[in-house]
Amino acid sequence: MGATVMESIAGEPVLSVEGLSASYRKNRVLEDVGFEIRRGTLTAIVGPNGAGKSTLLKTLLDLHPRLSGSVRFFGLPYRQVKAKVGYVPQRSSVDWDFPTSALDVVTMGLYGQIGWFRWPRRRHRELAMQALEQMGLADYAGWQISQLSGGQQQRVFLARALVQNADLYFLDEPLAGVDAATERAIMDMLKTLRDQGKTVLVVHHDLQTVEDYFDQVLLLNRTVIAHGATEDVFDREHLVRTYGGVMRWWGGRTG
Amino acid sequence: MGGTDGLSGILSLSQNAQWVLASTMMLGMASGLIGCFAYWKRHSLMSDALAHAALPGVVVGFALIGTKNLTVMTLGAAVSALLGGWLIQAIRSSSRIKEDTAMGMVLSFFFGLGIMLLTFVNRMPGGNQSGLDSFIFGQAAAMIRSDVVTMSVVAMAVVVLTLAGYKEWKLFLFDPSFARGLGLPGKRMNTVYMTALVLVIVVGIQAVGVILMAALLIIPGLSARYWTNSFGAMLMVSALFGGAAGAAGTLASMMGRGWPTGPFIVLAAAALFAVSLLFGVRKGLVAGFLSRRMKGRRARMRDRGDGAGIDAARETGAVAAGTGLAAIRGDGPALGGKGR
Repeated sequence: MGATVMESIAGEPVLSVEGLSASYRKNRVLEDVGFEIRRGTLTAIVGPNGAGKSTLLKTLLDLHPRLSGSVRFFGLPYRQVKAKVGYVPQRSSVDWDFPTSALDVVTMGLYGQIGWFRWPRRRHRELAMQALEQMGLADYAGWQISQLSGGQQQRVFLARALVQNADLYFLDEPLAGVDAATERAIMDMLKTLRDQGKTVLVVHHDLQTVEDYFDQVLLLNRTVIAHGATEDVFDREHLVRTYGGVMRWWGGRTG
Repeated sequence: MGGTDGLSGILSLSQNAQWVLASTMMLGMASGLIGCFAYWKRHSLMSDALAHAALPGVVVGFALIGTKNLTVMTLGAAVSALLGGWLIQAIRSSSRIKEDTAMGMVLSFFFGLGIMLLTFVNRMPGGNQSGLDSFIFGQAAAMIRSDVVTMSVVAMAVVVLTLAGYKEWKLFLFDPSFARGLGLPGKRMNTVYMTALVLVIVVGIQAVGVILMAALLIIPGLSARYWTNSFGAMLMVSALFGGAAGAAGTLASMMGRGWPTGPFIVLAAAALFAVSLLFGVRKGLVAGFLSRRMKGRRARMRDRGDGAGIDAARETGAVAAGTGLAAIRGDGPALGGKGR
């Protein structure tokens, strides 16, 4: 593992990963990944294409086979704490032509609470409606999801995660290809969640905004290159080591 | 069947024919429902491969017993369809061969094997009278009372399965990884779905035939999509279309002696699709044309300074600006994002 800059922050660890490895079609994409995420942090997972960012999220959530290593959520295996963990997949991972409405998608976040084989009740629909309102989509509740813009679709996904009322959230590229208003709405929401004592991990692709949006950064390229407070680890040296020689970025405070 | 007495009088349907008609209608409904699942699982070609793969099993089942025992033949069909499905998975996961290529290969191999076995069996004593040929294009008229019962039981089971887990199936089909995060047993649901799909196929091939069975699975769901934006309604319309196609095709094939049922069912389904494509209220071509016309008229009203027109224009403008921004953000330099 690379030099991990760990800063002690208030808050107990909510996610501990040790020696995690995974492969994708016979290629090892994650090798000896280890880090610890503390409660009340907002962390960006940053790295080049093919660095294994999405695979990392999927492996943590048992959506992709793990070859070795241990993953603990709140000190327990994922199976036992699924209800406390929310996941926002990449927008492109679903077919938006599916015949359903925005409100209906948000209600899906409540299926665990509603119980299997039961129908959603009025209070569930109200909860879903509130979440849509929080994401500024109250007027679009009845819209067929394919008629929403990319940014609106992403906000529907966020609203669905919100109604889950989880303690730890994973988001896979929530800001990819969205408009400025959506980007603001999403980041405000994530910061609010963090301030409520929740923990948020975001796969993020836009290096320019990392310093403005996130208090923690996890630099990943098949293994953890650096992890810690943004001001400590988000610098030229670490970025060059993460991205290799082809990194064309030298803006921001890191000169 | 009191209500159909007049109708059956006109068409001079026997008691048996009425039962056959009812059961192909139920088969159509079941395949309309499970076909919606296959549609959103992107398993349209898979269902075609499974149906073709059932043929060798039917023939082997017949050869083992020596008589036309539908239970054994259906069992054989199920085993060989599942074997085909497994083979597709095995080819895909152990090599770089893409899924559609694997399906095309398995589909034609199993069908070829089935036809070859069929040729041998037809030369066996009593083989000529086996009626095995009817499994290729389907012969609903050849069905007997017990076949009707089997078909109805399977159809009812699919209806119950869909209704009971409606909300779970919807999530499973729309966003499987989120479903698993909520604790839905994705793998077990997949098994249940595949089992139901194979069941519908194997009980359906006698009426529709292995070649055309997939059409009864694919076309009703696809047509239903043109009429609604709700998954529940899509299921209902699809079941309705499937049932109508099954009944219409069966009726038509009963007009002549030895006419195959499958082609008529598929033609009926295709006609429903053509109507849906044109006149479907949600995605149909006419509906699309009219809504474009409406937008154009609103734009012209805006030019004349009409208030409502301006509102509409503002809306369109905002959307356009949003999309433009998204495009810029998406295409802009990703700053290391494309670094490697």
